[in-house]
Amino acid sequence: MIEHLLSTADLSRDDAVLILDTAGEMENLTDRSVKKLPALRGRTVVNLFFEDSTRTRISFEAAAKRLSADVINFSAKGSSVSKGESLKDTALTLQAMGADAVVIRHGASGAPMRLASAGWIDGAVVNAGDGTHEHPTQALLDAYTIRRHLCGGSGDLAGLRVTIVGDVLHSRVARSNAWLLHTLGAQVTLVAPPTLVPVGVDSWPVTVSYDLDTVLPETDAVMMLRVQAERMNADFFPSTREYSRRYGLDAQRAALLPQRSIIMHPGPMVRGMEISDDIADSDRAVILEQVSNGVSVRMAVLYLLVGGSREGAGETS
Amino acid sequence: MTEEYLLTGARPLGGDPSDIWLRDGRISQISPAGQLSAPDAELIDAKGLVALPGLVDLHAHLREPGREDAETVATGTAAAALGGFTAVHAMANTDPVADTAGVVEQVYRLGQAAGYCDVRPVGAVTEGLAGEHLAELGAMADSSAAVRVFSDDGHCVSNSLLMRRALEYVKAFDGVIAQHAQDPDLTVAAQMNEGKMSAQLGLQGWPAVAEEAIIARDVLLADHVGSRLHVCHVSTAGSVDLIRRAKERGIQVTAEVTPHHLLLTDELVAGYDPVFKVNPPLRTEADVMALREGLADGTIDVVATDHAPHTGEDKDCEWAVAAFGMVGLPTALSVVLATMVETELLNWQGVAERMSVVPAQIGRVNDQGRPLAEGEPANLVLFDPEARWTVDPGIFPGASRNSPFKEMELPGRIVSTFYRGTSTVRGGELQW
Amino acid sequence: MPEPAVGPVVLDAADLNRALTRISHEIIESARGADDLIILGIPTRGAVLAHRLAERISAAEGLAVPSGSIDITMYRDDLNMRPARALGHTVIPSRGVDGKTVVLVDDVLFSGRTVRAALDAINDIGRPRAVRLAVIVDRGHRELPIRADHVGKNLPTHRGESVRVRLSEIDGQDEIVLLRDAEKQS
Repeated sequence: MIEHLLSTADLSRDDAVLILDTAGEMENLTDRSVKKLPALRGRTVVNLFFEDSTRTRISFEAAAKRLSADVINFSAKGSSVSKGESLKDTALTLQAMGADAVVIRHGASGAPMRLASAGWIDGAVVNAGDGTHEHPTQALLDAYTIRRHLCGGSGDLAGLRVTIVGDVLHSRVARSNAWLLHTLGAQVTLVAPPTLVPVGVDSWPVTVSYDLDTVLPETDAVMMLRVQAERMNADFFPSTREYSRRYGLDAQRAALLPQRSIIMHPGPMVRGMEISDDIADSDRAVILEQVSNGVSVRMAVLYLLVGGSREGAGETS
Repeated sequence: MTEEYLLTGARPLGGDPSDIWLRDGRISQISPAGQLSAPDAELIDAKGLVALPGLVDLHAHLREPGREDAETVATGTAAAALGGFTAVHAMANTDPVADTAGVVEQVYRLGQAAGYCDVRPVGAVTEGLAGEHLAELGAMADSSAAVRVFSDDGHCVSNSLLMRRALEYVKAFDGVIAQHAQDPDLTVAAQMNEGKMSAQLGLQGWPAVAEEAIIARDVLLADHVGSRLHVCHVSTAGSVDLIRRAKERGIQVTAEVTPHHLLLTDELVAGYDPVFKVNPPLRTEADVMALREGLADGTIDVVATDHAPHTGEDKDCEWAVAAFGMVGLPTALSVVLATMVETELLNWQGVAERMSVVPAQIGRVNDQGRPLAEGEPANLVLFDPEARWTVDPGIFPGASRNSPFKEMELPGRIVSTFYRGTSTVRGGELQW
Repeated sequence: MPEPAVGPVVLDAADLNRALTRISHEIIESARGADDLIILGIPTRGAVLAHRLAERISAAEGLAVPSGSIDITMYRDDLNMRPARALGHTVIPSRGVDGKTVVLVDDVLFSGRTVRAALDAINDIGRPRAVRLAVIVDRGHRELPIRADHVGKNLPTHRGESVRVRLSEIDGQDEIVLLRDAEKQS
């Protein structure tokens, strides 16, 4: 197993399946009277959030607490970070406090990798979303959700067709999903206006399309990405109405999907923009389930990264 | 000048072993090895060492005034001497900006006081580097610093009309505009080369076209007004192509490439270590190869370091907030050796032209970039092309350690540097 | 498939079969019937054995005795001393353990630490009326005050030896082998 979870690009298929399998056991175990498991008793997990993200923080917090870890929430807002303390000093502080794992959300791409590789801390680093780079646990919970609905809850995603729609250029969710779903054997198609597809996408293991309607009939799972407010006035597309008309998922478009296909969204949604209200609330949408699966997946990640000792790798019983 | 040296067995431009007698700040005599006797001179065994004219850098950031915590004129010129340089151009983006005669004279005098090499201040093209109004270019040219190179480096003179005026205006004193070619609109918040790596790493791209579009415009402007244009730190294959075609058309354009763009690629950004963050950014392998080829065939005239020291706090942080720039003076010749000489793209004569002769001509620096011949100023460097060394930025003068070549093994070691007959570096060590 | 074990066979398939039959009868006898019994095995081989025992008890008593498995990985006292391991599968019969007699099943009883962990795990699931322990081999060397209620075979061993239980569902055949130091597989 890897030492840190920084990116899905460096997850092997076996590690990815191990995380999903472990998440399955976690989900199974927390459905009972005592929700807590003792795996991280005496361990300290720090949620280091330089960006507001209540959803992700709460999900990690619930995961760590269900594993009996001590959880410290360190939010950049109102802390010394907003007064100009550097990532390095923050990291050194966490090291002095004895953090076994640092879950980091940061606006700068690569900040988790810096934290893991600059020699500032010893603990495991979990990327909870960095800039426009990656959001690996989101991709893992998406894969978990897809696997459960379309693959009987085990193995990989071989042969499935997953379509990711929206602002791929700025989306860490799209990046993480592209690598992970490919590693798990799925065929990934990205659909976006050409302005929101990164130059260099030809090196990704995906197909790119600009036309949602032709892709949907060949789709087992469609993932709608949020369009961030700051893109709306930057001329990536002429107007929200035009975006919605070309790339939004409404009932008429959803009807193009095969019968058993599922509809996903990493949240928070902009209803009426990338997804219509009735589709977001429809039976095919698994959006709330994604949220609940997030806790199990994050439990699995925390358990596998810090549940054991970091020394003595290779020993077995 | 009281220092007097007899360098025995040195190979001028890699040629036959010769004895070189330095006296009164000049090369007094050069003879085949073993034929010279200079009883009052200190003997320096230069057997096997290659002698080149002292190197001239058209592009360095010495940070003084304003960021003395990163570098001073004294430490920057010491680094230059260690790298075999006897003249450096000090870029204008100091604080205050070098946009007045007062600031350029201050930098010039600090260089004289340090005594390691000539410091030729570069004047800002526009007031405060703001790109709005011309700075007092004539006053800087007329000052004791005798500025001939003007640049807003770090910023592009993007306004076409202002660029045209600047190109025209400096003709009055034989000046040259050194353009930092970067279309600002195409590079808002840019972090690295736009391409495969930026797509994967989720970093805002700095597309090659942002450099090439400005170069294309500027060579046309220079052609139109009949002025000299110098292009700073060319980084893309497309730029090399544009400059090659401009030269074919007879346009007075010169260009520089940095050592780091001759060796490093954007694959290095994968670890998000800001030591690899630089502007213009590291590009692709294809760009590196095109730059080497352009330097070899003369499309790119010179190697300039773009030495850009930064403190630890500006580099030991997350990529997006880190400063752009790399320390480059102490490693420049070794990198050129690795990329151009060991690959047989350049011989020693070619290195001397691109790192000494031509930069001195572009910058209109008297007494630098001269031939190794009797009567010429005693600016020269002796180095051992066979030696290899592992770069340890910890031993560089100055406070900054941001060398991308850290822990790399590079060929060629500077043994001695002589500046106007004074030994500034001996045995690879600074003399004071 | 695991490599064939080498070393003396201490129980063959027929021995194991007899031991399971005997244990199943002992369980019925001590519980005075099979009502409110739950057989929980510790993965991996304990779970297989639990399933076999439950089948025998069900057949003998003519009612369905629920069985399942309880993974103890996260309750191990040496969790922090080794790299994180993959979790075993936990299946708790739907009616839960509250008020029931839980028979915990493992293949080999050694230090007692696994059983201690299993008791903690059961504690987080509910409150059984009683917990009994059934093992196929008790090889001694207890480090905790724990004993088995039902034992297939008491097998005195040296510390350096190990006992390898092989079951047809997993290993292709039933047999229990004693391995000496040099023969131990990691």
